[in-house]
Amino acid sequence: MALDDRKSEFSFVGTRPDRPDGLDKVTGRAKFGADTSAPGMLHGAILRSPHAHARIIKIDTSKADAHKDVKAVVTRADFADVPFKPGLEGEFWNVLENVMAGDKALYDGHAVAAVAATSALAARDALKLIEVEYEVLPHVTDVDKAMAPDAPVIREGAADYSVPEGMHPNVVRYHESGHGDIEAGFAEADLVIEDSFVTEATHQGYIEPHACLGMLGNDGKGELWCTTQGHWIAQKTCAALLGIETSQLRVTASEIGGGFGGKTTVFIEPVALALSRKANRPVKVVMTRSEVFRATGPTSSASMDIKIGMKKDGTITGAQGIFRLQGGAFPGAPGDMTAMCGFAPYNLTNVHQVGYDVMANRPKQAAYRAPGAPMGAFAVESVIDELCNQLSLDPIDVRLKNAAYEGTKASYGPRYERIGLVETLEAAKAHPHYAAPLKPGQGRGVSCGFWFNHGGETSVSLALSEDGSAQLMVGTPDIGGSRASMALMAAEVLGIPYENIRVTIADTATLGYNDVSHGSRVTYASGLATIKAAHHAVDKLCERAAAKWGIPVDAVKWENGCAVPSGPNAGDFDPMPLADITADMGSTGGPISGHFEATPEGAGVSFGTHIVDAEVDPETGKTSITRYTVIQDAGKAIHPTYVEGQYQGGAAQGIGWALNEEYIYGDDGRLQNSIFLDYRIPVASDLPMIDTVIVEVPNPGHPFGVRGVGETGIVPPLAAIANAVSNAAGVRMRQLPMSPPRILAALKDNG
Amino acid sequence: MVEVHLWSGLRSLTGGLEVVEVKAATTGELLRELVRVHPQLQGPIDAGVSVAIDGRVIASGLTEPIPEGSEVYLMQRLRGG
Repeated sequence: MALDDRKSEFSFVGTRPDRPDGLDKVTGRAKFGADTSAPGMLHGAILRSPHAHARIIKIDTSKADAHKDVKAVVTRADFADVPFKPGLEGEFWNVLENVMAGDKALYDGHAVAAVAATSALAARDALKLIEVEYEVLPHVTDVDKAMAPDAPVIREGAADYSVPEGMHPNVVRYHESGHGDIEAGFAEADLVIEDSFVTEATHQGYIEPHACLGMLGNDGKGELWCTTQGHWIAQKTCAALLGIETSQLRVTASEIGGGFGGKTTVFIEPVALALSRKANRPVKVVMTRSEVFRATGPTSSASMDIKIGMKKDGTITGAQGIFRLQGGAFPGAPGDMTAMCGFAPYNLTNVHQVGYDVMANRPKQAAYRAPGAPMGAFAVESVIDELCNQLSLDPIDVRLKNAAYEGTKASYGPRYERIGLVETLEAAKAHPHYAAPLKPGQGRGVSCGFWFNHGGETSVSLALSEDGSAQLMVGTPDIGGSRASMALMAAEVLGIPYENIRVTIADTATLGYNDVSHGSRVTYASGLATIKAAHHAVDKLCERAAAKWGIPVDAVKWENGCAVPSGPNAGDFDPMPLADITADMGSTGGPISGHFEATPEGAGVSFGTHIVDAEVDPETGKTSITRYTVIQDAGKAIHPTYVEGQYQGGAAQGIGWALNEEYIYGDDGRLQNSIFLDYRIPVASDLPMIDTVIVEVPNPGHPFGVRGVGETGIVPPLAAIANAVSNAAGVRMRQLPMSPPRILAALKDNG
Repeated sequence: MVEVHLWSGLRSLTGGLEVVEVKAATTGELLRELVRVHPQLQGPIDAGVSVAIDGRVIASGLTEPIPEGSEVYLMQRLRGG
């Protein structure tokens, strides 16, 4: 895609105007997933398996069907289980199997039936009337045990082409990459450290639970309102699972109360629609928090072996990683991403990485900001820290010595375009935090992190109003301030104030296809499309001005919100403001709009460096994060306050993941901590002020230089915090979370 | 001709080759030619791949031009959160 509209001087971009959704959110006017209703609406509830692994022998719904308050009961038989274009195979089949169990319940919390009743209470009560006969099967929830020869098989034949012969059927995908001669690399080293690390699954912890309102008639036409990161994928998936045509289902995305990757698929939406189709009434489904934990998509858990060789001067001579990721009872754990990202910050001559995707009796994993990368960074950067400690080297100097830059052959293969890792490391070294003295009992940790970022299918439409204001319609739910950044980018091109532009997240009937708000793609791809759509409108504005002036269109250019003659030979005309052109546009050629549809392919990878100070209480094992600084390359920060918010959010979630958050399973395979009281996300008092530094090394693939910022910020924290805690405690922490009992045990083991 | 670098996990499908030469001017042609020369690559390509051209990662586009002399890597399809 030609980027002839590249820009480096800005009027609006880089400023910090008020957020457009602020008033709605502070007054409670914003409508989230559960904040809508419809005449005649029923309430849905879902019956879930109490077993981690069980064959479903029989489901008797007759008592529930007969209850006066119950209007519909559905099981797997009510979904499209026959091949349907584009086909219920691959991921569609996996999603169906996850949305409603088929022959087997595959994890504690797996949906097996659902009811729609006249009230939420009646629906929950009616679940007790459904009788399910199970044959309980052996289960496995741990990644290493799931790969062992004696592990119960979750699904035969789920492995793809990539899995080497002889592996357990629970290993369903395998990735191997790298370059150089890894053994020769280790032979060159003055010190080689080999170590193993474990992380538990965590949940994104979005405050808003999944919620939706579905209406589907027997004519195959439907409406769906839901909280989602991508309503087109919800449309496509629900249509496939229910056997209806995609275009007959209109999906509207509600305001979203957090997603972080966890709302990139469907869970309850097809169930609400199936219930509605059967009851011929709208059906609302709202998950409880316990359902969110048990039956949506947490991260993978991981088990990793790392071996790195280093010379006395800090040069890394060889690096090897084996990353085993458990992703629940379905293929999809991002072992390949973990492997590809782990060593990506470094310029390595010899590197070898292996990733495994392993199934276990847990819920189907979902993305959580840079899926797979944080756990890999934890393992890799812990070993680099230990090498620095043992060789008495400065951890930032060592990272600078080995840092990747433009032209470096990445650990995953190709050479980098212009990247900003070195700039983040230099900023870290120069930051006052890095030179600040530590108190007794405190430790400091640093870590780098990498993420790819993504482009994806994108459609944007911009319509000008007679008064010179603009409506911008995008299809990517606003999970990180994108309405503000879109308005700023449109303002930059149109030359009208930010406040004169209203950005709406359009429904699926209003715009062409839009990929999900994921992969840190929205400011990049919807932003690029916004810029292009605004230019499209500007071209039309120039045409109208040219016609009014009676000069050729190529004699008109656009400057500061006005059409102006392009040079002295074009004629002597006063600048014509946008509003003067739109005022009579109905009679000078009709409404003026701009459009853009494409799949931008130039997202630009991104790097960050974090510095953390931690203090460990040797009596209780409690860790306090005393200081935190995030430094990350944004390419170009469109609205710096939101960018800083993304950085701080990544650090805050990383603190939770590193210190306290974990899925705890009992021996029975049931999740033990499915409420926020038992699954501890950080609260305000757990967090220090998180300082941020925005580095701007423009992405050559975006007109304004944008790189996504949503995901990279979650990559370094686990490692940076683990390094800080290990340095504070004087013992290497190899397992996350570093909860007080684990720290006490590590201190005890260390004498 | 374009030299396509494969990730090493694909060697078992290409008779041990990690670099495959094909004639292709676009990413779509490149994938088609890879399968023609090494039919066993159909599996990974169907599962989803991205193509890096001189370091620029083309996530899914089949119409991206491949300039003469470019460094081309086949990569597993990227996913995000």
